[in-house]
Amino acid sequence: MARDREAAALVELRSRKERLSQVARNVVYQSRRNPTMVGGIVIVLLMALTAVAAPLLTSVDPTYVDPFVRFTEPGAEFWFGTDNLGRDVYSRTIYGTRISLTVGFTVALFSLFTAVCIGLPSGYYRKLDAVIMRVMDGLMSIPSILLAIALAALLGGSMQNVIIALTVVETPRSVRVVRSSVLSLREQMFVDAARATGVPPLRILIRYILPNTMAPLIINATFICAAAILTEAGLSFLGAGLPEEVPSWGNVMAAGRNYISSAVWVIFFPGLFLTITVLGVNLAGDGLRDSLDPKLRRRM
Amino acid sequence: MTGYVIRRILATIPVLLVVSLVVFALIRFSPGDPAALIAGHEALDWEVEAIREQLGLNRPLPVQLGIWFRDILRGDLGTSIVSKHPVLELILQWSVPTLSLALLTEVIAVSLAIPLGVLAAWKANTWIDRSVMVFATLGFSIPVFWLGFLMIFLFAVQLGIFPAAGYVAPTEDFGAFLHRMIMPAVATGVVLMALIARMTRATVLETLNEDYVRTARAKGLTENAVLIRHALRNAALPILTVIGLGVAGVLSGVVITESVFAIPGLGRLLINSILARDYPIIQGVILIVSAVYVFINLLVDLSYAYFDPRVRY
Repeated sequence: MARDREAAALVELRSRKERLSQVARNVVYQSRRNPTMVGGIVIVLLMALTAVAAPLLTSVDPTYVDPFVRFTEPGAEFWFGTDNLGRDVYSRTIYGTRISLTVGFTVALFSLFTAVCIGLPSGYYRKLDAVIMRVMDGLMSIPSILLAIALAALLGGSMQNVIIALTVVETPRSVRVVRSSVLSLREQMFVDAARATGVPPLRILIRYILPNTMAPLIINATFICAAAILTEAGLSFLGAGLPEEVPSWGNVMAAGRNYISSAVWVIFFPGLFLTITVLGVNLAGDGLRDSLDPKLRRRM
Repeated sequence: MTGYVIRRILATIPVLLVVSLVVFALIRFSPGDPAALIAGHEALDWEVEAIREQLGLNRPLPVQLGIWFRDILRGDLGTSIVSKHPVLELILQWSVPTLSLALLTEVIAVSLAIPLGVLAAWKANTWIDRSVMVFATLGFSIPVFWLGFLMIFLFAVQLGIFPAAGYVAPTEDFGAFLHRMIMPAVATGVVLMALIARMTRATVLETLNEDYVRTARAKGLTENAVLIRHALRNAALPILTVIGLGVAGVLSGVVITESVFAIPGLGRLLINSILARDYPIIQGVILIVSAVYVFINLLVDLSYAYFDPRVRY
């Protein structure tokens, strides 16, 4: 008996080791086969690291105002220069990583969750579907920036409200994704079989259908993350997003908008970080799509 | 065909209904007292009351909804709180720059992106293809306003080729209009260009593998004729859809570029109204822009059916 257990533990250990080495091999394999995805993930990880380590990477408070050093050119003391209030653009850019990534990931997560809650029943119950899809169509025909601006302005521009506004704007597309995969899944044999053996509908939805909608949904979530980061920056830049004192990339850039000819660095560096981050998320999403969902590969 | 057209037109009604409901709900269900919000912090009680009265916010919700729909159907979008002008008139006035910029953006994006996409498909898996695809991914990662400012810095401040800002109506002086609008149009259009180029590449690549393309090549057609007459033509529909969907992106982008290039369009009107809490204008702009978007997608769908009889089912 004891020996048996030992042997089982040994097998378990070996299989765990094997699994680990398989993961390692998989990483090597993926990076060779799918360099864009790995490149994207590396960018995102680097940005996440920057966000976490922001206090270590900077020595000046991002909100510290020093009128004596207004519009200092990038140099040894201020790597990215200073803005119209003499704030350190480098420090603001580094701290901005936190805000953008938080917004991007939270919005992606929230809309993923909301989309599942709305999309699953919508795809499964015909009558519900007609109503929900009309609502989603309506929401989708309002250009996203307009709706986000209006929502953020009405709710008041705090972090929480900007996230809510962006989630409302980004969710409908994901609902469509969930719903369309549910529509095809519910006609599948294994769902029929489950239904025939008396599995209750809720259980069918969660145990049988949900796992199979995950691949396209996760791919979609990465694109939502990218869109949310961009839209938040745009909102803040227009003055309709986060409060001015929050060093989000949009706000940092907004400080430089009237001084483009004399202090281009105030806009240049945060924008560069923003572009690289969004590019990283998009590349990761592209790569994920290629490896998770080969059927989608041929389109776009 | 007639049946399809009617069905498709009828299908826009619920969508427009939802849009107007959303816009209606925006103010009514936002936290706090909308009238007080509009009046501002220093407003006196009677001022708040007056605004409540003007917007009809003091009536029961179903009555408000009824009035809202009645007014929309009459083409009455209310009056601006700040300037007291009818909202519809203001929107029509401010929409000319927006529409001309959006149109120019679409023209530039389509005329550059389709050849790029065809080229990428034709030279699939070469460095040309790869650079087009890299450009495309970069294209929808770059923030519109950042690109706009970089262009201003490079072409207006440093090189002095284009003016940094301003607007001239195309009917007034088309050359001056183009001169001022090229930069904003390119900045706005990069996203759309990226989307169209990717879609064109994918669909042309697909059609290039079809039997009729092989036949066309086998019978000795030139490569140009094969690409344009056979492959691109059959890839036209998905591309058309992307162009239609892109309208929303362009309208969103224009809102931002207008702010960057100081163009007096709907985006500026919207931002100004938000800062001034002029809610009737905010409602009106969102309503009209969304309706335009719904209408353009209707046109795209109908042309889809016209080009491809299979769609009409």
